[in-house]
Amino acid sequence: MARHVVATAGEIPVGGKKVVNPAGREICVFNVNGEHYALINRCPHEGAALSYGPVVGCFESKRPGEYALTRHGEMLRCPWHGWEFDIKTGQSWCHPESVKARTYKVEVVAGSHLAKGPFVAETVQVTVDGEYIVVEV
Amino acid sequence: MTIPMPGAIDCDIHPALPDTRTLMPYLDDYWRAHFQMRGLDRDNYDAAAFPANAPINARPDWKPAKGKAGADFQMLKTQALDGFGLKYAICNVLHGAQAIFSEDLSAAFCRAINDWVAKEWLDRDPRLRASIVVPMHSPELAAREIERCAVDARFVQVLVWEMQEIPLGRRQHWPIYRVAEQLDLPIGIHAGSSYRHPPTNLGWPSYYLEDYASWSTGFAGVLNSLISEGVFVEFPRLKVVLMESGVTWLPAWMWRANKTWRGVRAEVPWLEKSPADYAREHVRLTAQPFDSPPNAAMTRKIVEQIDCEDMLLFSTDYPHWHYDGGDALPDGLPDHLIQKILVDNAMKTYPRLKDRA
Ligand code: FES
Repeated sequence: MARHVVATAGEIPVGGKKVVNPAGREICVFNVNGEHYALINRCPHEGAALSYGPVVGCFESKRPGEYALTRHGEMLRCPWHGWEFDIKTGQSWCHPESVKARTYKVEVVAGSHLAKGPFVAETVQVTVDGEYIVVEV
Repeated sequence: MTIPMPGAIDCDIHPALPDTRTLMPYLDDYWRAHFQMRGLDRDNYDAAAFPANAPINARPDWKPAKGKAGADFQMLKTQALDGFGLKYAICNVLHGAQAIFSEDLSAAFCRAINDWVAKEWLDRDPRLRASIVVPMHSPELAAREIERCAVDARFVQVLVWEMQEIPLGRRQHWPIYRVAEQLDLPIGIHAGSSYRHPPTNLGWPSYYLEDYASWSTGFAGVLNSLISEGVFVEFPRLKVVLMESGVTWLPAWMWRANKTWRGVRAEVPWLEKSPADYAREHVRLTAQPFDSPPNAAMTRKIVEQIDCEDMLLFSTDYPHWHYDGGDALPDGLPDHLIQKILVDNAMKTYPRLKDRA
């Protein structure tokens, strides 16, 4: 496991995402209402790049004819066959226990802290007074 | 194979109404006069879905010398009740009454049929039970008829046609499901159509082969409708029994419905589990006809694919002709499943059988 600097904090807007490639692994980093999450950029169904899917809310209902849109911006819909994934946990809506997209740990770390290492910054220029998004791979 | 033990519960037999005149004593004054005035008593209103001369509808050795197959109580008693050693048999009267356009006339007809069944069949043998026939296109009158008949615990189910004016899941039908759930009555959905629409998805067929063989796709549509509209979410205790619908189409439907649901489940957000799982919990099928594959090993495989031991219910489908002799069960069923199919599953599906057991 190594910690990779993949973006500057603030680079990914709320509701946005960025595909990064630490250690040759394609990962999609999301900003969900100010918190960052990372999923492998490959759908567990048939391998679509999840980064092409829309970020959506959760369509819920207590009974037929009643509708609620909840958890705004917390779900991702796969661009190929529409399976929905919880961005925070990687769990699919339909089979949360058995079908999951792999998640990675994401942190926002101060540049001054990163200077104490160990970390990998292949594509991001790190300065002591900046803040950075770090993914553990 | 033949039934390995006596005491089976037959979930689909068909007593036949000999003719409309038979119903005259069961109509009230107004409707009796109405029938006479219009000459309705001279016509038979047999269900178009079950033409009497189609071989499938009357096994040669179960056909009386004269009259309709299934119309003779003694024959039914000897051949079905005694012949198969049945503990109970559920009478499903297939009749055009449920498809008559006038709601009130349809309701009057249904009331008379239900009273006729109680008197001429249920009263004659303690093993007989019956389904309540209802004017399905009038949910209000149907619900009222269900409540009226349900006072008699020998009515254990509500009978409707598979293909109606509108798909069975639509909310217009829900008053029927509400009262059925409250009264512990499953909805028995029988093969056939009221012919408001073509019985195939493609338009009107030319031949009985096309018509009859297409009905299993109608049943797939029934399940899609009931599940998508959320009937089992709204009525969590409701059971439906698909009767005379074949069985072997079911696994393919499960795979297709599940796959589609995964992609579009957000449009029916009330569903909390897959269509196949709703079916396993709420849907039962009578096992005649089974539409058996060519050998027992394949049957066993299909039973595995259904992956639920509660779904199949025994039926002879008397006097319809799907098998010869006493071969009412398909070969290849695993032993432990047979007792469930013959008895246990029906006892769980029809709570009202317990009342008098
Ligand atoms: S590849 Fe994602 S749903 Fe099929």
